[in-house]
Amino acid sequence: MQVTGTVLTTRRVDAFHALTVVAPGIAERTRPGHFVTVAVGGPSTSMLTRRALFVHDVKPDYGGTVELVFTVRGPGTRWLADRRARDPLDLVGPLGRPFPVPRDPVACVLVGAEYGSAVLFPLADTLLARGCRVDFVLGGAGAERVFGAMRARRVAQTTTLTTEDGSLGLRGRVADALPSVIADTRADAVYACGPMDTLREVTAVAMKFDIPVQVVVEEAMACGVGICMTCVLPVIGEDGTTRMVRACVEGPVFRGERVRFEDVGTIPFDAIGAPGGGARHAG
Amino acid sequence: MPVDMRTFLAHVELATPVLTAAGCAGSGRELAQFFDLHRLGALVTPSVTMAPRAGRPTPRMTETPSGLLNAVGLQGPGIDAFLERDLTWLAQRGIRTIVSIGGGTVAEYSALARRLTDAPGVTAVEVNLACPNLEDRGRVFAREGGAAAEVVASVRSILRGDVPVIAKLSPDVADIVAVARACVDAGADALCMINNPLGMSIDTLTLRPALAAVTGGLSGPAILPLAVRCVWQVHEALPGVPLIGVGGVLSGSDALQLILAGACAVGVGTALFHDPYACLRIERELEDLLQARGFQRLADAVGLAHRPPGSSPRIPLEENTP
Repeated sequence: MQVTGTVLTTRRVDAFHALTVVAPGIAERTRPGHFVTVAVGGPSTSMLTRRALFVHDVKPDYGGTVELVFTVRGPGTRWLADRRARDPLDLVGPLGRPFPVPRDPVACVLVGAEYGSAVLFPLADTLLARGCRVDFVLGGAGAERVFGAMRARRVAQTTTLTTEDGSLGLRGRVADALPSVIADTRADAVYACGPMDTLREVTAVAMKFDIPVQVVVEEAMACGVGICMTCVLPVIGEDGTTRMVRACVEGPVFRGERVRFEDVGTIPFDAIGAPGGGARHAG
Repeated sequence: MPVDMRTFLAHVELATPVLTAAGCAGSGRELAQFFDLHRLGALVTPSVTMAPRAGRPTPRMTETPSGLLNAVGLQGPGIDAFLERDLTWLAQRGIRTIVSIGGGTVAEYSALARRLTDAPGVTAVEVNLACPNLEDRGRVFAREGGAAAEVVASVRSILRGDVPVIAKLSPDVADIVAVARACVDAGADALCMINNPLGMSIDTLTLRPALAAVTGGLSGPAILPLAVRCVWQVHEALPGVPLIGVGGVLSGSDALQLILAGACAVGVGTALFHDPYACLRIERELEDLLQARGFQRLADAVGLAHRPPGSSPRIPLEENTP
């Protein structure tokens, strides 16, 4: 659904921005893993594509609020970062498929890189409410690009931090720290969000331990509702065949081992409908 | 008094002149969660091809000033799955549907037309002529009257007479009137313009083209004047031919420009990415604008801008007049 929300608070979180928006209707429908899109630039904007944002927090205050986390990457997100309390914001959501959550109280490792960590906190709350054990691995290029370390320490059994420059926690990437966390916590499942290469590495680790991994992909999208066909990536379906699927409606949550990370940005030759591919005449 | 918004595409009556543009409304289900699709003049499907198509690699999209550059490459399920899944879904709900078809050869367009002849729920067929002709070194059919006419004639000869054939034209030609005339002579019942002009954008960080396909189709308000010009020229040359104006319509006033230039229906594309309710809003704004200008029927406004100067009513001042 579409809502004209009102900005309640804005804050800087190290290198990132967080906006809390009063968005009745969207807030109560949002489940962990859902995302929202916002229109940027105001009513006579020249920026036509919506920006897809992760939901960091949902609260029932003022009829329902969502907290959105993003980093400034261009004129659209710069405009968003300049919003102030009481500014209107055009939101569409909740969008995408949320995280599947386990029925039993299992041990879960939540792995986040950069501001992708944001989407893991509502998930942690849901998992904890179901009696799951939750451990966090959070990372970024430097200390100011690790999101949510404080909150993770508050809710999780253990929190492991990594930075590529060694300015905070372990030097390295989240996937480097993950094997020992999985081993120590006897994890049953992994959830991850972050840049594509991080998701590839995390998936490889989880597969080595033979435990399920759910990843949230960050693909560039124009609409967020499934009509622009620009956010596609190669994913293996239940039937074993690869299709170019839309991250916005078929995702953004996927089983890690189903995503062909090595082939993101290409059309694999064996994908359904690939040019000259064997599958082309299958239909 | 409400304005009579009915319009005709050949003999087919549409309740409102606002359609979706091909490739911008998904299968219909995506937008149906936002509004009742019966409120559209018609839903235009993405161009369907014979075989399933995976489309182009990513990145497929980049934002440009007041526009969007895209190279999706007609990703789609192919005609079999389209008929079984998408068209059936639309037909069962009685949603007016214009099926867009795309092919690499005249034979592929003919085969698609044959598959659509007995399909229920086809209000009209739009022939996407901006597809590379595999038998002509990959140059698009829309580029030249002869190639476009060959496709239109073959589709027209196959489809039942009561299903209008709409030829979708590209603005990337030296003389759009010549291509339009060739299509009408070949049997097109209506014309749709414009398809995306080709554009390109370069990423100044990676120092490489922004799209994986290098070039892409430009859409959005950046191309509205191009669409108005094409509709104007074709309506002037072929005033009796129904035209669907498409290209950068974001508001009711954009739609009215195309109607005054000669379009009897208007397609909304990129605006849907920005606002899933765009079609309804534009229709409402268009009706308000017509009413404010004293029109009782939409049909009375079609092509009105072609009247000689001095015969128009006094128009309200532009925003930038002193």
